[in-house]
Amino acid sequence: METTPSIRVKDLTRQYGALTAIHKVNFSVNPGEVVGFLGPNGAGKSTTMRILSGIMSATSGSAWVDGICVAQNPHEVKRKIGYMPENNPLPDDMRVVEYLRFRARLKEVPGRQIRASVEGAMEICDLARTARRKIIGTLSKGFRQRVGIADALLGNPEVIIMDEPTIGLDPHQIQGIRKLIDNLRGKHTVILSSHILPEIERSCDRVIIINRGRIVAAGSSAELREEFLPGNRFSMVVEGAETAVASRLAERSFDATILESTALPENRSRLILRIKNEGDLGSALIQALSGHSAFTLHSLAPREPNLEEIFLAATKRSWEETIETKPKISA
Amino acid sequence: MRHFFILLKHELRMLFISPPTYIAAVLFLCLMGFLYWAILRGMVNTPSETLPTVQFFSVFWIPVFFVVPLLTMRSIAGERSIGTLDTLMTTPTSRAAVILSKFAGAYIFYMLLWVLTLGFPLLTQKLYPHASESGALLELAPLAGSFLFLATSGILFISIGIFSSSVTRSQLVAGMLSFTMLFVVIIGGQQMSNVADAGGDLSSWMVATVNYLQIFEHLDDFSRGIIDTRPFFYYASTGFLLLGLSTLVIEAKA
Repeated sequence: METTPSIRVKDLTRQYGALTAIHKVNFSVNPGEVVGFLGPNGAGKSTTMRILSGIMSATSGSAWVDGICVAQNPHEVKRKIGYMPENNPLPDDMRVVEYLRFRARLKEVPGRQIRASVEGAMEICDLARTARRKIIGTLSKGFRQRVGIADALLGNPEVIIMDEPTIGLDPHQIQGIRKLIDNLRGKHTVILSSHILPEIERSCDRVIIINRGRIVAAGSSAELREEFLPGNRFSMVVEGAETAVASRLAERSFDATILESTALPENRSRLILRIKNEGDLGSALIQALSGHSAFTLHSLAPREPNLEEIFLAATKRSWEETIETKPKISA
Repeated sequence: MRHFFILLKHELRMLFISPPTYIAAVLFLCLMGFLYWAILRGMVNTPSETLPTVQFFSVFWIPVFFVVPLLTMRSIAGERSIGTLDTLMTTPTSRAAVILSKFAGAYIFYMLLWVLTLGFPLLTQKLYPHASESGALLELAPLAGSFLFLATSGILFISIGIFSSSVTRSQLVAGMLSFTMLFVVIIGGQQMSNVADAGGDLSSWMVATVNYLQIFEHLDDFSRGIIDTRPFFYYASTGFLLLGLSTLVIEAKA
């Protein structure tokens, strides 16, 4: 039983008339994993999530949650999923605790456990003391978001799906939500979508990048880095000629490319290098670049490509691929 | 079934904590109170053969035109436009339970409003004891018949409202749609029979159909104590057909 993935999606396609929202999406998520869905607006993140939660049906393909097919047994699947939709809709004229009790009843939490389940969810989301009896319409955005997450947690579902949980929050609140997601790791399978990259990078074990309805990349951010932006990157500030740096590096047999160069005041420039050599490059670079008359090294730092760059590289590659493959499809 | 009761309880609770409900109730009772007073006034001036109760219930269509759309337009269209219909759909609740609970909530409230109008004859009796000596104010048979009529026709009217609300996300469109449909259902049958009376040519099957759809005649029959099963069948079957369609609609476009 342990080998059953929490979520498995096979060749999932959804069309809205002529528009293909998602096309042959395949992925699987293991129990206890936190997976981030990343993609530009309109990429198909919400569509995939809505199909998984059983609100919407797929045009073709199948999805399984905990081994149960979503299309064949949507009721059973809904018992296993806690879903927080985009924009987190809530009724404005109810109190937080009333709303959560109502939701718990609807989610078939047994009568005796309703109180405990609601209290537990409010405790995790830090609502128990602060906003317990407040009317939802008067809550701030951060608290509303927490109510939505608490609702998704009710009934202890195996899979929690959150569509843009941090949208419109301030940095403090984002940090709070991130901590909350960390708390869920290992206990629940969590899927969350976002187009805020550092957000996903920090809170997810694995990232699935989706663009124009297709999965363009999947893996941990280290794997993605390796795939899309290979090589070691360094950022340095030098005073003097840029060409001299390049020739010096070539002399010392570094396979280096200058990717970017920005002019700074006082005849300095910031260079971003990609070096394909292996081994401990930092000290070798410092040695190679110091004590040269044509330029002076001011600073040198390794540069980890962030998810933003990976994302741009991956989506760009997918654009090129779809443009290339299009004539073949129509032919 | 369990979900239905949870949703119905929620529905009624939301009705009773929201101010628009009370505003609608007050307006309804003011209007009906005025009509009742006008009927009594009319009877003072010109003696009439029909009982005040019967006359009172024969104007049932006036409040139906505004109370039913107001009561139902929010139910599904409103939930859809703020998105709570989606969250409802992610729980293991059946679509039919959602629609039926909306219907039952509105229907209970609609009937409650009509029950409150019983206050008018009771008040009159209290204030003018001599007026009730003839027993004309609170005669049981026409009252029971009229209420039976309101209860059965209410099934159709409220389901028209629920259906209109389920096909759109705009409350305004839902309200207009249900008003139009109510107008066609209530006035349409009468107009068709007027055409026939004016010498228009209706073939025999048309006459039968038109007679079947005469809502005002149904009321007449009921308040005279003629309980026919045909109107029952008409209101209940059309009402449940519309509720079934609404279930399919929210299934298709949640």
